[in-house]
Amino acid sequence: MKVTEKDVAYVADLGNLELTAEERTRMVRDLNSILGHIDSLNELDTTNVQPMAQVSDRYGVDQSKQGSERFAYASREDVHEGLRKSLPHDVALANAPDPDGTFFKVPKVIER
Amino acid sequence: MTKDPRDQRLRTATAPVNLDLLTIDAARSAVQERKTSAAALAESFYAKIESDDPKIGAFLTLSKERAMAKAAEMDALAGRGEKLPPLGGVPVAIKDVMVTKGIRTTAGSKILGNYVPPYDCTAVARLEAAGAVVLGKLNCDEFAMGSSNENSAWKPVHNPRDLTRVPGGSSGGSAAAVAADMAVATLGSDTGGSIRQPASFCGVVGTMPTYGRVSRYGLIAFASSLDHIGPLTKTVKDAAIMLRTIAGRDPMDSTSADVPVPDYVAELEKPVRGLKIGVAKEYLGEGLDKEVRSAIEAAIQKLAQQGCEIVEVSLPHTKYAIPTYYIVATAEASSNLARFDGVRYGYRAKDAHTLSEMYRRSRDQAFGAEVKRRIMLGTYALSAGYYDAYYLKAQKVRTLLTRDFEEAFKRVDAIVAPVSPTAAFKLGEKVDDPLAMYLADIYTVTADLAGIPGISVPCGQTKEKLPIGLQILGRHFDESTILRVAQASEKAA
Repeated sequence: MKVTEKDVAYVADLGNLELTAEERTRMVRDLNSILGHIDSLNELDTTNVQPMAQVSDRYGVDQSKQGSERFAYASREDVHEGLRKSLPHDVALANAPDPDGTFFKVPKVIER
Repeated sequence: MTKDPRDQRLRTATAPVNLDLLTIDAARSAVQERKTSAAALAESFYAKIESDDPKIGAFLTLSKERAMAKAAEMDALAGRGEKLPPLGGVPVAIKDVMVTKGIRTTAGSKILGNYVPPYDCTAVARLEAAGAVVLGKLNCDEFAMGSSNENSAWKPVHNPRDLTRVPGGSSGGSAAAVAADMAVATLGSDTGGSIRQPASFCGVVGTMPTYGRVSRYGLIAFASSLDHIGPLTKTVKDAAIMLRTIAGRDPMDSTSADVPVPDYVAELEKPVRGLKIGVAKEYLGEGLDKEVRSAIEAAIQKLAQQGCEIVEVSLPHTKYAIPTYYIVATAEASSNLARFDGVRYGYRAKDAHTLSEMYRRSRDQAFGAEVKRRIMLGTYALSAGYYDAYYLKAQKVRTLLTRDFEEAFKRVDAIVAPVSPTAAFKLGEKVDDPLAMYLADIYTVTADLAGIPGISVPCGQTKEKLPIGLQILGRHFDESTILRVAQASEKAA
């Protein structure tokens, strides 16, 4: 599989990046070099191998359970009392680039 | 117990306290016995940082006010003749990927250049609860992505052992600060080798605990299924003290494991005689520098002399570790870094007229080249049409890599290996070749993928006097054994 300029533009779009023309050219070269190496994974037959998303797949789970039930140890019943307080409003806004005291302000979302 | 030969070099504190090779116990007892005060000790470290750090570049932010308040608290305790907690008055520093309440935290990135967190990382809070004095925040590769610390948006770190060379990465500042005696101990993070490799390059001890052993709450996420917090220290005993302090279940991180934490310091007293130590041929093959190989072989020999049984093991999928890692890690990173959008915190581009333009321009202007490369690679691997070929495939190979270790650990108690194929390389040497930089992570990434603990302990040096680290890998939640083996190796070095 060869990554083209068009692929780079498409993926940059998905990743919310613009990239300069120079960056795109370099990205085509770098991604092809790295993916060329990654293609070696195809040497392995993994037909009957289970994917591993989490290390905790390997311990602490009930192997007889299926799907998310296997990870029951990581969840609990909903709690309604004695909850930790969330951040005070002013603290939550303190790092915002453009707050108005109540909200996070952003540029226009819908173009007319 | 035989006397630790480093004890003679590790000076016991007398006034004025010499900061060179000062250990946790020496620093704490000096404050406890009133040979110095925690305040004077912190001031001495700040003086040393001021004089030495301009040429090294390990620190990004100093937290003097917070440090001196903690020091005063410890001095008051000592003054009343009360017993200090295990890190009472001990000056430490924190990699800038762990959030600290009220103290600027940048993750080495322009996108968080002005970020002042409203809460503390659990590991940092636990160190302070044990009396540690936090001197400041340490330089690192941007979002911990890199193996040389050259990806920091602020400045590179120079290796204290040779200023023309890299300190390793991404916890380059954490390793350099300890090696240059600008902190007694530091915290780093390891996603693909970022604690162990810089420890090896700078000649200090770097410990990556089992995944889930230390809470990730407050660690700015790079790849959530691979990220670990761990200590960088001057000695293995200090590593045991630090780990004992930060380990254990935290309700704020649901992946932190509810597994009892042993007393790692007490466990160090157990002998290594009779332990079965595995040597994997795949880790001593092509590409390994000759001098590194002979240092590793000598270290293995010394473990045999101390009564360890050396057993050859095989980790047959090792050559697939790098491609697997760079798919899994970048896929998770592309998702984690989506939160940086210029809305709630961080950098916002000034010139944007629409929301979408603002997202793009903010990210374009404030992310560095390596971070963009990884977002692109990860997004590509997760995109429609490529998910099965890349991401799912890598997840399956991750299973195979983990099984390799599980099989090996049926026969041995620990595995020894190099940390990196070479000693510290020159600044600028690999910046233009990302694949070459990635390939140098060959001996470290597999432990992160499998979630097993690993440690790097100095075991020799090259003819050019560059440190070489020995890596010791262990079973899930068995940090005790690798710390013991590391200490045996430390004594023999």
